[in-house]
Amino acid sequence: MPEHGSKSASVGPQGDRVRSDLNVGFEPTSGALTVDVTSKVDYLYGEAIESAVRRVTDAFAVTTGRLTVNDAGALEWVILARVECCLRRAGLDGPPVLPEPAPGADVPRNRDRLRRSRLYIPGNQPKLMVSGGLYGADGIILDLEDSVPPAEKDAARLLVRNALVALDWGASERMVRVNQGAVGEEDLVAIATHNPHTVLLPKVEDASQVVRAAEILRGLAGEEAAFLMPILESPAGVHRAFDIATADPLVVALTLGLEDLSAELAAPRTTEGWESFLARQTTVYAARAAGVQPIASVFSDIENEDALAAYVHRERGLGFDGIGCIHPRQIPVVHREMAPSEAEAERAVRVVRAAREAEERGLGAVAVGSKMVDPPVVQQAFRTVELAVAGGVLAEDWDAEA
Amino acid sequence: MAVKLERNAAGRKVPLDINGRESVPFKGVGKHRPEGSKAAPRVASCIDYPADGDKRVASLKEALLRVGLADGMVVSTHHHLRNGDAVGNLIFDAAAEVGAKDLMWFPSASFPVHANQIGHLDNGVIHHIEGSMNGPLGAYCSAGKMRGLGVLRSHGGRWQAIQDGEVHIDVAVIAAPTADFFGNANAVQGPAACGLLGFALADSIYAEKVIVVTDNLVPFPCLPWQIQGNNVDCVVEVESIGDPSKIVSGTTRITQSPDRRRIAELAAHFCAEAGIMRDGFSFQAGAGGTTLAFAMYLAELMRAENVTARFARGGSTQHMVEMLDEGLIEVILDGQTFDLDGVKSMREDPRHQDTSPFTSYNFHGKGNFASMVDVAVLGATEVDLEFNGNVVTHSDGRLLHGIGGWQNCLAARCAMLLVPSFRDRIPVIVDDVTTVCGPGEMIDVVVTERGIAINPRRQDLLDAVAGSGLPIRPIEDLKAELDRICGVPARPTLSDDPVAVVKWVDGTVIDTVWRVG
Repeated sequence: MPEHGSKSASVGPQGDRVRSDLNVGFEPTSGALTVDVTSKVDYLYGEAIESAVRRVTDAFAVTTGRLTVNDAGALEWVILARVECCLRRAGLDGPPVLPEPAPGADVPRNRDRLRRSRLYIPGNQPKLMVSGGLYGADGIILDLEDSVPPAEKDAARLLVRNALVALDWGASERMVRVNQGAVGEEDLVAIATHNPHTVLLPKVEDASQVVRAAEILRGLAGEEAAFLMPILESPAGVHRAFDIATADPLVVALTLGLEDLSAELAAPRTTEGWESFLARQTTVYAARAAGVQPIASVFSDIENEDALAAYVHRERGLGFDGIGCIHPRQIPVVHREMAPSEAEAERAVRVVRAAREAEERGLGAVAVGSKMVDPPVVQQAFRTVELAVAGGVLAEDWDAEA
Repeated sequence: MAVKLERNAAGRKVPLDINGRESVPFKGVGKHRPEGSKAAPRVASCIDYPADGDKRVASLKEALLRVGLADGMVVSTHHHLRNGDAVGNLIFDAAAEVGAKDLMWFPSASFPVHANQIGHLDNGVIHHIEGSMNGPLGAYCSAGKMRGLGVLRSHGGRWQAIQDGEVHIDVAVIAAPTADFFGNANAVQGPAACGLLGFALADSIYAEKVIVVTDNLVPFPCLPWQIQGNNVDCVVEVESIGDPSKIVSGTTRITQSPDRRRIAELAAHFCAEAGIMRDGFSFQAGAGGTTLAFAMYLAELMRAENVTARFARGGSTQHMVEMLDEGLIEVILDGQTFDLDGVKSMREDPRHQDTSPFTSYNFHGKGNFASMVDVAVLGATEVDLEFNGNVVTHSDGRLLHGIGGWQNCLAARCAMLLVPSFRDRIPVIVDDVTTVCGPGEMIDVVVTERGIAINPRRQDLLDAVAGSGLPIRPIEDLKAELDRICGVPARPTLSDDPVAVVKWVDGTVIDTVWRVG
């Protein structure tokens, strides 16, 4: 007899142009389960692929039906995700079979880390994810929202979950952008316990959305719950920026999405950006007031490095701490432009040294030369030094000569 | 088929008899010196040729009759027109018409367009191919359908084989973008202009008979002459020698792949940090997307540090020409021109010199340029823990690519392989390469997106980049990471039925390609 209530299902891309991915199909039959694997790499991994498939069918206790795998060199974590998704689409259920964790999969999150650059990677394109950790971005965002078509949300969710386990993200912050609404809540449930460092919440217009996400994450991951970065992409969201930024202690940064915002404003996005000036300023003010990082929108013209540099320069000037990237080649430009100038770095070093000296001598006030320096300036100087080191303006061992 | 095999100095089993000729197994780098006098065609006399210099004949078929094509002869063609070439196919169609059988095709390289020859292999016109076999021809050879053994040689090895008599060409057929009726020819003019004809030069000198085929006949004298009419027997005018749009073959685009750009950037930084990139240095870069990106990043670093290269060897492209124009390179020594900007530069700029495998690669030259180059960047299908490189077969043993100048370029002071660490789950760094094309002692650096492995034999390079911040890693370490990412691969089983051999630059046999399936 066919598995109770199962139906035919298919997941994953098909055709000659597919690379590093696979298609999985399931047909209910009354006979014992058969697994047919066709793979471009069968001479190297034929047995490994079949065994990965069987691990999932075993976990789902599938005993009948026909499973067909058409593989174009997908890595094991992709195979596991696609087979699981196919079986779920077929109406079957079982516990996930997770890949082996990569070194670094358990790196702890860091609230105050640098977030100068964040690289968006589509959550349904495993080929693009594999090297994500190599490009030196401060953060990698596996995107489940805009880059994934509605019919693929379930598949991408499992791919992203497995990518959080199986991929080495290097020094990059492990970020995920989930969907809005109910789909987004399913996303949160799927990823919560796999050490996402920060979750981006799209189109937040009300503090309650943040509270709800925080509840779900805390409920599943407790103390290890991911940080949150709400995205403001509507006039209503911008209007409530401070409430959103202070909605929950898990919020570490506030960002905005200018494409959607411009559409709702009925003011097309321009290079000068006057239509979003208030939104950008509001985001910076609200974030700073709430003690979280203000992060600027993405820059989408990947060919134009000069325009990107100008954009980063301008947003940094408004007070933003970071920029969204959609191609790895944007990352070095962002880091270069986010770095303080040598003069700024030198000034900051003088303040930092004075502050350390004051602390050693047990003095309450910090002075550079004959001038007193206020605490916010001291705090900013530490930040500037960190940015200068990260941006290569100061040597790692800048204080060795002191 | 019972073949006598012997294990060579690379540890590979190779046949001792290749197409009825005794062969020498690879002895190690720099261990073999063929002896005797250089080969030569029979003496010709000018009184046997038209005094007015007009050597035109009406058709390819007539030309083949005129030069006395007979069964079992060796017929050579050249790959300057790459995948746009028509002549390589037309000449065998004509050979079939005159009823020739069992010919050996000796191309300087073949392309997918030459799948046409499969018909001639099947119908007996072609006995076997000694030259690169890609795409459908590679599959045909891999399947064991060819009657003789394929022989893969480097561009330099081809010249070596011609010069020391290993291969005697009966009829050379030269596709010429421009020619006169006497047979002088060049490739800088005409609708199919492709830059130069260096790969046909040896054939024009050493073949018994030479046929020039052109679609752009100009009045005598054709200037400049890259091929001398004094070596040519007859000239055939055809409507088209090939499709000029396919000269570029899509190879001259800088890669957009983030991984490949990262590889190229790491390689360029390596050259700077290792002190290779210094005033007056030289480099070799081909037309693959990654090596083009390498040249782009190198140019940025050269600009920033105010460094000029004395010469670059290519594979010229628009990008290399721009570096010449900008003054970053003083001279281009061009072995094959990949785009129309390259052709124009070769035609108009005296600093853009055409070369041949004789000047660049020939084992029997009194020196050649390849070993004078500071750094060469190359691709590979596989590289192993001993740094042996493979460029001709896929990991399943199928014949995929020719050698080109790859083996010859390994002679550079620093030979670097720019490769992704894996391709669609197939590891590029492996325990043992499927086919040894380059011995590990000649491969100095492997650059992948996950780090740079330096051959432990090159302590000088290891020292030079210590503390540079570049991701230098032992090759075993990269391999271990791949085992984790891709899974430990099974070892594909190959047959023990040879279908082709790979020659080293000195004419010895370095490895065997086995039948698949």
